[in-house]
Amino acid sequence: MSQTNLHELSAAATATAVAAGQVSAVEVAQAHLDRISQTDDQVRAFLHIDADGALAAAKAVDDRKAAGDRLGPLAGVPLAMKDVVVTRGLPTTAGSKILQGWRPPYDATVTRKIREAGMVMLGKTNMDEFAMGSSTENSAYHPTHNPWDLSRVPGGSSGGSSAAVAAFQAPLSIGTDTGGSIRQPAAVTGLVGHKPTYGSVSRRGLIAFSSSLDQAGPFGRTVQDTALLFDAIHGHDPQDSTSIPNTRFEATAAAVEGARAELAGLRVGVVRELTGASGGYQAGVLDSFFKAVEILRGLGAEIVEVGCPSFDYALAAYYLIAPSECSSNLARFDSVRYGLRVGDDGERSLEEVMSLTREQGFGAEVKRRIMIGTYALSSGYYDAYYGQAQKVRTLIARDFDNAFAQADVLISPTSPFVAFGIGERVADPMAMYVNDLCTLPASLAGTPAISVPCGLSDELGPRLPVGLQIMAPALADERCFRVGAAFEAAYNAANGTVLSNIPALGA
Amino acid sequence: MSDDRPTLTRHEVAHLANLARLAVTEAELDLFAGQLDVILGAVARIGDVAAADIPPTSHAVPLTNVLRPDEVRPSLPRDEVLAAAPSVEDYRFRVPRILGEEE
Amino acid sequence: MTLNYDDVVTRYDPVIGLETHVELGTASKMFCGCSTEFGAPANTHTCPVCLGLPGALPVANASAIEYTIRIGLALNCSIASWCRFARKNYFYPDMPKNFQTSQYDEPLCVEGYLDVDVQGNTYRVGIERVHLEEDTGKNTHVGGATGRIHGAEYSLVDYNRAGIPLVEIVTKPVEGTGELAPEVAKAYVTELRDILRTLGVSDVRMEQGSLRCDVNTSLSLAGSGVWGTRTETKNVNSLRSVERAVRSEMLRQAEILDAGGRIKQETRHFQETTGTTRSGRSKEEATDYRYFPEPDLVPLAPAPEWVAEIRGSLPELPAARRTRLQAELGLSTEDLQQMVNAGVVEAVASTVEAGAAAGEARNWWMGYLAQLANARDIEAPALPITPVQVARLIALVSDGTLSTALARQAVDGVLETGADVDEVIATRGLAMVSDTSALTDAADAAIAANPDVAEKVRGGKVAAVGALVGAVMKATRGQADAAAVRTILLERLSVSE
Repeated sequence: MSQTNLHELSAAATATAVAAGQVSAVEVAQAHLDRISQTDDQVRAFLHIDADGALAAAKAVDDRKAAGDRLGPLAGVPLAMKDVVVTRGLPTTAGSKILQGWRPPYDATVTRKIREAGMVMLGKTNMDEFAMGSSTENSAYHPTHNPWDLSRVPGGSSGGSSAAVAAFQAPLSIGTDTGGSIRQPAAVTGLVGHKPTYGSVSRRGLIAFSSSLDQAGPFGRTVQDTALLFDAIHGHDPQDSTSIPNTRFEATAAAVEGARAELAGLRVGVVRELTGASGGYQAGVLDSFFKAVEILRGLGAEIVEVGCPSFDYALAAYYLIAPSECSSNLARFDSVRYGLRVGDDGERSLEEVMSLTREQGFGAEVKRRIMIGTYALSSGYYDAYYGQAQKVRTLIARDFDNAFAQADVLISPTSPFVAFGIGERVADPMAMYVNDLCTLPASLAGTPAISVPCGLSDELGPRLPVGLQIMAPALADERCFRVGAAFEAAYNAANGTVLSNIPALGA
Repeated sequence: MSDDRPTLTRHEVAHLANLARLAVTEAELDLFAGQLDVILGAVARIGDVAAADIPPTSHAVPLTNVLRPDEVRPSLPRDEVLAAAPSVEDYRFRVPRILGEEE
Repeated sequence: MTLNYDDVVTRYDPVIGLETHVELGTASKMFCGCSTEFGAPANTHTCPVCLGLPGALPVANASAIEYTIRIGLALNCSIASWCRFARKNYFYPDMPKNFQTSQYDEPLCVEGYLDVDVQGNTYRVGIERVHLEEDTGKNTHVGGATGRIHGAEYSLVDYNRAGIPLVEIVTKPVEGTGELAPEVAKAYVTELRDILRTLGVSDVRMEQGSLRCDVNTSLSLAGSGVWGTRTETKNVNSLRSVERAVRSEMLRQAEILDAGGRIKQETRHFQETTGTTRSGRSKEEATDYRYFPEPDLVPLAPAPEWVAEIRGSLPELPAARRTRLQAELGLSTEDLQQMVNAGVVEAVASTVEAGAAAGEARNWWMGYLAQLANARDIEAPALPITPVQVARLIALVSDGTLSTALARQAVDGVLETGADVDEVIATRGLAMVSDTSALTDAADAAIAANPDVAEKVRGGKVAAVGALVGAVMKATRGQADAAAVRTILLERLSVSE
């Protein structure tokens, strides 16, 4: 097997090659580390690269292979980990200055599962600080560049994880999705990204942004690769009270089967409220989306239109619930037990030192959200804001129930926009927030959704990828993968892969 | 209540920052007062939804009674507990003098 | 204080309320597996969860839930069929997450009561709620003169206690106690403590802080029925302090009201040394705790079958036990009340269970043991001697092995050494000398040493033998039975009575 293109292999192909002894895990890891050192000064996907740890993990896989152990379906496959997931002994900052230099004394459950699967963690990826943002520009360290066009954002908040996989620095990565932070970056970098059913992937060791919404999930370049990673990380965790018992998905099998099958008899609901009827969606996005609808129809699916009127309030509900929970979750960053301490001159009181530390340790977006949340939870405002937002959550879940009575899956564009320019939206918080318009309902309902590449838009100049969001009922994650794989196969058969259009990064 | 609420003042932002332990600067007070006001204006439409008889959803999963047995598990080694602390004395976390009342 | 208490209670009606915090005696903490053991080296019982490390998640301790339900049932509460934990948000360095997980507006147990008897009257104290939360860590203030927070140069934080399950028991306002308000407050906490101990849910040691009490006090003008402004007194760390805190706060408030002043709603701290309360620093602004349902924990919905099972497993509670004991031990109501006041009912009952006669058990716990306890400013059951040991002593006295005086010496020995009764008797040689030949030798020696007394006795003045008995007792260091000695002496002198 050629050593030069190891980094271009899919995760499935890599695992097969390692298991077959055609290539060593160390060679695979080294190829990706080389790719990172060649490209990351342009992409800047990583906050921390762990070459030693990666090579050691790879060697352990090779040793097991040599010892005759049966390797798992992802053994020896490299992976990039979002820096919001704690990794024992490895720097974990959540993209924030306030955690600079922190090395956690424990592993997240997701991290543990990754290690147990024999995957090779290459490093920690950049992100919007504490996962708040849609562009990765809110990282306290540096922005990440979209490999499709380095002047553009890779989406966010999991922008380092999307950029790394799109730049062939890793075949797979872990992101987290609170309001769209896996799906939107996947869409704008031409990747597949899955937001699992809330409670199917353990949150233990995910640095919390909004506890009732956060879910970790996989990025990959194909639906099957993404399914492989999802199968590796999901499952009940007794150390997470909100983890759903007895979850055991066969997402990979669903993807493999879906890629071979037609969709006859499948009812696909186009969500009226998420298809730009009232404007605000880019024409190139809508164009790709409606072409995708025709591909699904061509596969035999029955296309129906469904109405979800409460989705119009999803943005408002989300921007009350998430800031409220974050204002409490981020209170622990107080300069006492870990992290930054500012202004401790022996004179200042703890209260002053705490306030200075938080002022200087948090970026502007984090501070804005903490204050919005503090406001929304204040006595006198709780009922009108937080309480009302939770009721809207109920209404959104009911809309989903009604819609899923008429359709097996629901679809929409993943984001109203393709990748925008770095710096374009930073001054206007609301302009940033509307990136999440299509992804928020599934977040609020806790239901699964996948983003699959569905075309290219050149209305802004360069050809940029567009994502199709496929939503399923709670615990029907396999359906996302089955339909996603069927669509992917049909799209690729007609057009070639979206990612094959990505420009080569300059050497 | 579609945005008939009073606008957020600098004073209110200062109060929120104090509650949230953020030593915001004068310049930030102006910036945030404007931005928070816009955001609150946008989310205020949530009040338009007639939801009086709708139960709130606080959790996305329909689980109850998730409990663990009362069993002691190993704690962290103390050197790891204290390793990340900005200041340690006598195996305890050292903090500057506390102004507030004992809770 | 220049005011006279009796005068104050003729002009004002006190209203009291009590908030009691109880550290549950679970093996592990509320939301993690760290040990709850008291007194471990600083920060050795900590983990990502109770340190509030990023990413850590809580999982509730099943026993803590069960214990709370037990308490609720023992206090005649209804048990919620569905409730959630909430986050109480405020910054304080002993609280690792800067929020406390607590049942805020959805307590597990509500609407109960506890009857307490004071001076022949029964007062029904309403229980508003029993809810579960987590304890905080412990701050040590360094520098400055007082060791208190104010004036300290810096503070040190130990999180061993952080996350230990804490139950808060809140009474409704208690009215109509009049001059007995301090006694009712004390009796309530005493009864509550005994219930908690009987339930086996806590070691209820006020001196270690596993039982902590805040006392709310207000005065209204006698007969007006309009409640005054209340103060909350913290740092009330013994049963006696509960009573003293209420009394001193009543006097303090009366003095202010008499002078036409107004009571400030505030937190006050009880000072053990002076028996008075001092003002806590009032906060700059009212705290806004921004409660909201804890999203990391799912709701509790105790199944009715589970609650019924817990109810069925409750032990006999102190009040019922007292009624039974009163009958079984043949005590008068007054006797029982005295034993309750002295805090020895359980100790007496256990001593009787261990085989002692009721009267003897009562006499020991209300007599010599109470004296020793008073000298140490504790209640008799807190002495390091067990009811089983006391029962053993009583048995030894009744079979003649020990005299009462020797039994007291044995008690002293047990308290001093921690050794068991028989060990103390053996090592200190306290057993009565019942060996007749040894006593005969001692009697002969006494006769030989006191020939003139012996002559008097032989001459018919039998009463003079007392001096010889004293000499023998002295020689045997009190370890002989005086009656037996007397018999032997008369025998040796060939005198018959």
